[in-house]
Amino acid sequence: MSEAAPVGARGAEFEVVVERGKIAEFAAAMQSEDPAYRGPDAIVPPTFLASAALWRPDEARVEVGFDRRRLLHGEQEYVFHGPPPRAGQELRAVERVEDRYSKPGKRGGEMNFCVVVTEFRDLDGVLVAEARGTFIERAAAPAAGGKS
Amino acid sequence: MSTQLADVEVGTQAPAAEYGPLTTRMFVRYSGASGDLNPMHYDDAMARSAGYPSVFSQGMHVAALLAGYAVDWLGAENVRRFGVRFRDQVYPGDVLTCSGVVTAVQPGPEGRLVTVSLTAAVGGERTALMATADFLLPS
Repeated sequence: MSEAAPVGARGAEFEVVVERGKIAEFAAAMQSEDPAYRGPDAIVPPTFLASAALWRPDEARVEVGFDRRRLLHGEQEYVFHGPPPRAGQELRAVERVEDRYSKPGKRGGEMNFCVVVTEFRDLDGVLVAEARGTFIERAAAPAAGGKS
Repeated sequence: MSTQLADVEVGTQAPAAEYGPLTTRMFVRYSGASGDLNPMHYDDAMARSAGYPSVFSQGMHVAALLAGYAVDWLGAENVRRFGVRFRDQVYPGDVLTCSGVVTAVQPGPEGRLVTVSLTAAVGGERTALMATADFLLPS
């Protein structure tokens, strides 16, 4: 487990180029034949920016810092501040830790939550899209007599 | 699926659609498309040794299917927000039934912002994924 990045921490900026071939590949994986996802003017599907991770160097990651054995991806959201990005568009992405909080676990202990936002801006710096992931660290098993 | 977008109002339902039976091949295709190479989604021996009955779908794969269902209904260009909550695993052989309903319509200067609630359920009963989404429809 690596050290957790605090709320407000930001990773290094990285480039994301929206590519028509990647959009078509993603659309095929989502079983969509929508012409909006094909050809030179293709736009991105709602969850396409999940694939932006392919562009992200290690130093651009913010560290959630949760125990991988207890890590869950709880929620994921994409927001578009206009029509979805298009093939050929160059974006600049930055990850940041938006929030951290804890709740009591159902069987004791604490569940920890971390919300990571990736901001996608165009070359003029205009925010065009945001991805917001909520990660959960389940409560640890009771220390005495508990199963690991 | 074609919808008269001008007629969309609170309570309007999307025509239900099915995806599946899902296959490991579909999970592999999503692994490649997304870059999520977690072997739990294509290496059966590894998934079993981790205590699962078999490989299972990426939650984001099911999210992508449900997103495709939503844009078939309200338009790929119109989507402004899509958010999912992961609820349960989806295995090879499962059939997903997708449904959606309009929960709010807010008129604005740029058009009508339509909020929908979406569900992907296995066999029509076990909820795998829930989503909400906003679409900006022309007035």
